[in-house]
Amino acid sequence: MLNRILAPLSAAWKEATDSQVWTSIFRHGKPVSNRNRALVMMSNVFLHLHPVKSRKAGIKLRYTWCMGGITFFLFLVLTFTGLLLMFYYRPTVEYAYADIVDLQEHVPLGIMRELHRWGAHAMVITVWLHMLRVFMTGSYKPPREFNWGIGVVLLVLTLLLSFTGYLLPWDQLAIWAIAVGSNMARATPLLGTEGPLSASLTLGDISLINAGNDARFALLGARSVGQPTLLRFYVLHCVGLPLVAAFLMAVHFWRVRKDGGISGPM
Amino acid sequence: MIDLFKDLVNWASGPTVLFTIATLGLLAAFRFTQVWSKTSAKVFFVVLAVFYTASMWDPDFFLIVAKPDNIPITGVIFLVFFFTWYAMHQGIQNDRRSAGEEEVLERQESEKVWVWPDLVYTEMLAMVILSIVLLVWSILLAAPLEQPANPADSPNPSKAPWYFLGLQEMLVYFDPWLAGVVFPTLIIVGLMAIPYIDTNPKGNGYFTFKERKAEIVIFLFGFLILWCLLVVSGTFLRGPNWNFFGPYEYWDVHRVEPLLNVNVSDFFWVKLLGRPLPTGGFFAALMREWLGILMVGAYLFVLPVVMSWPRERFPTGLKWLSCHHYFEKMGATRYYLGVSLFLMMMSLPIKMYLRWAFNLKYIVAFPEIFFNI
Ligand code: HEM
Repeated sequence: MLNRILAPLSAAWKEATDSQVWTSIFRHGKPVSNRNRALVMMSNVFLHLHPVKSRKAGIKLRYTWCMGGITFFLFLVLTFTGLLLMFYYRPTVEYAYADIVDLQEHVPLGIMRELHRWGAHAMVITVWLHMLRVFMTGSYKPPREFNWGIGVVLLVLTLLLSFTGYLLPWDQLAIWAIAVGSNMARATPLLGTEGPLSASLTLGDISLINAGNDARFALLGARSVGQPTLLRFYVLHCVGLPLVAAFLMAVHFWRVRKDGGISGPM
Repeated sequence: MIDLFKDLVNWASGPTVLFTIATLGLLAAFRFTQVWSKTSAKVFFVVLAVFYTASMWDPDFFLIVAKPDNIPITGVIFLVFFFTWYAMHQGIQNDRRSAGEEEVLERQESEKVWVWPDLVYTEMLAMVILSIVLLVWSILLAAPLEQPANPADSPNPSKAPWYFLGLQEMLVYFDPWLAGVVFPTLIIVGLMAIPYIDTNPKGNGYFTFKERKAEIVIFLFGFLILWCLLVVSGTFLRGPNWNFFGPYEYWDVHRVEPLLNVNVSDFFWVKLLGRPLPTGGFFAALMREWLGILMVGAYLFVLPVVMSWPRERFPTGLKWLSCHHYFEKMGATRYYLGVSLFLMMMSLPIKMYLRWAFNLKYIVAFPEIFFNI
């Protein structure tokens, strides 16, 4: 009985994998022979991030927790869902909130916002755990010092991505969280109106640092959280920060390989 | 009975008690490494899960824990506990192996294996599981959306996103220029500097505790206590006006906490000498603050030098202060960089305890130029 169903299926599978279309995409046989296992890793642009062979301990779940990989996967999920959100969302004080409401209430299968928000929370946690793992295995030690540094920048970028995204729904939660966060910039030494020593920056009688040009103003594009802030955060969130993060991830992965693959006892 | 338990938990969640218990608990776990066993992990997680589930019947606990944007905090609590345990557990197992003439697990498994299928399948499985988790989470729980933004109506409490609440909690003890600008910068710089400060060649590429005790104790104290604990308590235990509320307490907006904080200058001039604070001009301000300036200067610039002295130069009872062996091992530059960063980190708990013990507000206070420490 089972055979009656499976036989045609496997015939169809064979038919498909022998077709010109399939063989033009995957230029080698199934990865069951060692030769093909090597070929599959080398001829696929995504898989070739990996080496062909690797130390057994280093690829164990128990060692890496796959945490860096999970973080990267979440980044991809966020890029994809974020793109869909951009179809509906307009970054203006007038429309932003209404667009979010529409997204949740009128878009069919509308869980993109949920996927994006929960995914972002999850990514913050997984970056922390990835850092914890890298620390606890001593993987920042030579020759991986520089890649640890890249990692720290990625950590900061992840937090900034999350922070800039927090403002976009333009609800009470959003603007006040950003207000609290950005109030700190007012206290930047030398560059914030209420920062130490800023008052000493004067030209004659004119004080150089005021609420219209200090560090907080640069962050918000205004004296308080408003339309310029929304636009600024939107551009950073959707274009600026993801580009930098993607670029640094490329460097990060490249260096994992060039530093000798996943760390292990010397 | 239940009320008594709730009162106890509320009391134990207070900033002072919670911070002290957590720190002592962590230090004890480093001292008595048997606790990182599988059995104690199971007991711990069952207790935590039971506590969490049972508490859901308390309306105040439920209200704060079940807020959609606070769900990640529950995740942080369980995941951080689990992975810390997992790393330490493996480290201690490896330490046993190397003590018993056996090689650490990661060295035993140094043979090369094919990445397809061994790694690729694991990754695929991780992606599938994670996708399912995310989908279920997203279907079950709607993303929060509050009232439209209203710049005229600030909520109480106004909180930053949860991952910055450790910094917001620091605002209780430090002014914004330190808590919001200097310390975040130092955290980033300090993290990046770790590989260049830490010259211990051991423990590279495998879990271990014994071979890297100092590094692990310092890092985990920073990560678990000064970062994660403050994030968790900032989310769950800080209510209106950033006042402390126990997990079973109602967030009463009208609760007033008396603020009787005093500065070091008050202690010296008013309490000790019984005089008014010196006033008028720059030099009066310097005179007013001389003791605080001296204390901060000594802490940041003299203490590192003193700590580099050999043990013999310390009187009995203070010998533990000597970090001479680190000075020898690391060289002057690394030593001073490392010790300075470490002391900066420790300034947070020090300031916390000074506040709790003496109601101390500022050690150095120049409110005229927003320079308060
Ligand atoms: C967006 C954030 C990040 C992504 C996507 C990412 C991704 C990855 C991946 C996929 C690996 C391969 C091994 C593994 O999965 O553990 C890796 C390794 C590594 N990561 Fe990250 N990472 C990120 C952030 C960080 C952070 C915050 C740090 C440290 C502060 C860091 C330091 C390292 C180091 C040193 C390695 C090499 C580890 C080894 O060879 O054992 N990364 N990262």
